[in-house]
Amino acid sequence: MSPDAHPSPIQQTPEDMLQPHERPSPASGPSTQPAPPKAGAAAGGAQSVAKVAHEVRLEGLRAFYGSSEQVKGIDLSFPANQVTAIIGPSGCGKSTMVRCINRMHEEIPGARAEGRVLLDELDIYDPAVDVIAVRRAVGMVFQKPNPFPTMSIFDNVAAGLRLTIGRSRRGELQHRVESALRGAGLWDEVSGRLSSPGVGLSGGQQQRLCIARSLAVDPEVLLMDEPCSALDPIATLKIEELIEQLKQRITIVIVTHNMQQAARVADRTAFMLTGELVEVGPTDEIFTKPSDSRTEEYVTGKFG
Amino acid sequence: MSEDRLARFAVSPRRRRADRLARGVLLAATLVALVPLVLIVYYLLVKGLGAWSWNFFTTDPTGSTFFGGSSIGGIKSAILGTLEMVALASAIAIPIGVGVALWLVEYGQPAWFANTVRFFVDVLTGVPSIVFGLFIYIALIIGTGSTYAGYKGSLALSLLMLPVVIRSAEVILQLVPGALRESALALGAPRWKVIFRVVLPTALTGMLTGILLAVARAAGETAPLLFTAGHTNQTSLNLGSFMNSLPYQIYNDVTSPTTEVVNRAWGAALTLVAMILILNLIARLVARRSRLA
Amino acid sequence: MEAASAPTGGERSLLERSPLARLPDRALKYGLTALAALILVLIVYFFVRLFGEARPAFAAAGIFNFVFDNNWDPSAGQFGALPLLIGTLITSALALVMGVPIAVATAVYLTELCPRRLLAPLTVLVELLAAVPSVVYGLWGIFFLAPKLQPAEQWVADRLSFIPFIGGGIVTIPNCFIAGLILAIMILPIVSAIAREVMSTVPSDHKEAALGLGATRWEMIRIAIIPYCRPGIVGGAMLGLGRAIGETIAVTIVIGDSPTLAHHLFGQGYTLAAVLANEFGEATGLHRSALFACALVLFVLTLLVNAIARLFVLRAARGRSRGGASEGPADLGIAAAVGA
Repeated sequence: MSPDAHPSPIQQTPEDMLQPHERPSPASGPSTQPAPPKAGAAAGGAQSVAKVAHEVRLEGLRAFYGSSEQVKGIDLSFPANQVTAIIGPSGCGKSTMVRCINRMHEEIPGARAEGRVLLDELDIYDPAVDVIAVRRAVGMVFQKPNPFPTMSIFDNVAAGLRLTIGRSRRGELQHRVESALRGAGLWDEVSGRLSSPGVGLSGGQQQRLCIARSLAVDPEVLLMDEPCSALDPIATLKIEELIEQLKQRITIVIVTHNMQQAARVADRTAFMLTGELVEVGPTDEIFTKPSDSRTEEYVTGKFG
Repeated sequence: MSEDRLARFAVSPRRRRADRLARGVLLAATLVALVPLVLIVYYLLVKGLGAWSWNFFTTDPTGSTFFGGSSIGGIKSAILGTLEMVALASAIAIPIGVGVALWLVEYGQPAWFANTVRFFVDVLTGVPSIVFGLFIYIALIIGTGSTYAGYKGSLALSLLMLPVVIRSAEVILQLVPGALRESALALGAPRWKVIFRVVLPTALTGMLTGILLAVARAAGETAPLLFTAGHTNQTSLNLGSFMNSLPYQIYNDVTSPTTEVVNRAWGAALTLVAMILILNLIARLVARRSRLA
Repeated sequence: MEAASAPTGGERSLLERSPLARLPDRALKYGLTALAALILVLIVYFFVRLFGEARPAFAAAGIFNFVFDNNWDPSAGQFGALPLLIGTLITSALALVMGVPIAVATAVYLTELCPRRLLAPLTVLVELLAAVPSVVYGLWGIFFLAPKLQPAEQWVADRLSFIPFIGGGIVTIPNCFIAGLILAIMILPIVSAIAREVMSTVPSDHKEAALGLGATRWEMIRIAIIPYCRPGIVGGAMLGLGRAIGETIAVTIVIGDSPTLAHHLFGQGYTLAAVLANEFGEATGLHRSALFACALVLFVLTLLVNAIARLFVLRAARGRSRGGASEGPADLGIAAAVGA
């Protein structure tokens, strides 16, 4: 199958169109329990998607800016189709760690990473792996909504798609843009003005536009780096509801400095301090009976 | 194979080719941009060094252009003329330019007046250099009925330098932190002391860079001098009389049929470019030591 | 509020300054204001005088005829400036067509693709092009570039002889094309500097958004950088245009001095600035007045182009603050680059 012509998971995906390695393998490790497909999923026709579940595992991840080590050897799993939150005080390295998962960290001059980051069984830092493919497989939503300022709403969502879809498949482009906007919960609000500028939307809408843009290329994992920190509470709520729906199709990692948000949205939470992973576990355990005293001090607000 | 795992996300060969092609084209364009510089420097060195000699720097051009035969002389008067005229031009343009920039940054009231001044400085920036010469010609040659003079050339050059000095001084002065001014004022210092003892010294190295670049520009200009300073072959220390200059001398010699004269032009060009490059170098070194920009 | 204790000696209160002490402040303020006003006065004065000197030429045939009459023949007392205007426009257009793409490409390379170690030296080299005086460009153009390119130009003229203006003619050594080429080289540094300024202020947000979607480097440049920088680049190009229109000496040396409408790209031509350089020295009476009129046209032309350029650069700056980046040293950098 040519790399540019993969089927959209929103459509019915006959089993035999999936490559053998895309079917969930029964031999996954104990920490990867694919969430059972939820009935009545929001995005139309999404029941076939839950067949594909992807987990991420960090093994001994270290990240450097020049000679300064910001992430100091982290082993962490992000279970498939679940939301994992990363919390910790400013400067603890959570954003840096997350940016290693889609290999954006190395874009900074002088920055590098060591260790393994496994997407299912594939180490994305393997020299044979194409970093650009990794970035399509692992999407990212940034702290400040950043739609491309010179593009319309439609063009923003289509931006990633246009890189791989030729002009002959305009129809498919429109279909996928619509699916992505529906998946981001934005379709009803913008369907009438797809050609108006992306930056003309409100902050919360812009961020959902960025989510749609990331969803359009059909990633397996979505990284969200403090996606709501620039938004008002109502917009934040909408996005948290969105995350709840999205996790049925993709694995989500969310960095947040807002502990209440982590409590609301995440299945599992990891606490980081000065570049190290202190503790990870189910969210309510972390917040009600943490095993590490540092975790307890942080979640009760004694510092940070 | 584990790499096929991401097969559906992989970059098609077409995109990869486009990326490589684009990078190649951009690199090639950058190299193309540098080719003229390399060629100019090469030619200046090859043809200019040949003309350099002790005589070259210490004798005036004789103005003779006969084939072979009598000596054509050197460029002494041109070098001295340029030095004199640029010095005077700088002495005029720098204080006025820094003064206007100071006014814009430290006072600048009323706002409509400041904006008008800025607009006119903008206008000055875009004026072709020959028009500056014509301005001075109208004012000081037609206006007074007199003739060419070195100081008139200097005035034309100072008009040319003015917007550059004002602009760069303004940028640097704006970078001086307001907190610095305020702490000086809070100590009870009068405004003029704050400006001369605090603001200007802090901004000095930064402004020096812009000033040196303005001087370098003025040294290389020909057009403003065409109808203001006149042309002569003798060295003159009197800025009130006709005065030679390097750019003018080169311009004169370019059209000569005599090879030696053209060679002299190359030698003079090398001298001029060397002077300008030295000024540029000093400007860059000074910029590195600036505490602001 | 407690009163300050009175100093021993001195009848005046501690907080009052003598009129004498306030004098330097006043003097400085008024002095500097006078300097600022001087700028205004100077320019207005020069413009008025220039117009005054040019008036006889305008009066002789009317402004419209002066500008659009295709006949510049001083010996016959004919002063129609069209050939000069067209020559100016042709050479400037050539400069833009040849110079701007290279300048922008250089800017993209230096800001996005250049290895860090090479960045400083390459940047310095590109900027050094601006340090070469125009008379040296003329010298190099007429003695090196023009002869070297003549065979190639003749080849093009012969091959493309079916295209009017470009083909079918003898290539002369001073010619329009060389003038355009030299101008392109001369405007390269300023267009590149402005393009680089604008590109370096693209918020990394947008670049990361593109890369995060799985774009190649070139695709990222195409999606996130170039659209964002378009107004700024256009502004830079227009500033280059202004420079090209006003450039005198280099063009005078390499374009010849045939004041007929340039019929041939590779033949001689004339520009407004070149005619001033060549003919002003000996001109008298109506001829001289006509030359002043050319200077006026030149002045107004560069004024217009620069004004439009500044509008674009301003729009670029405003667009950036809308997109999130705040004004900072970069904008001042553009201001300085534009002033230089």
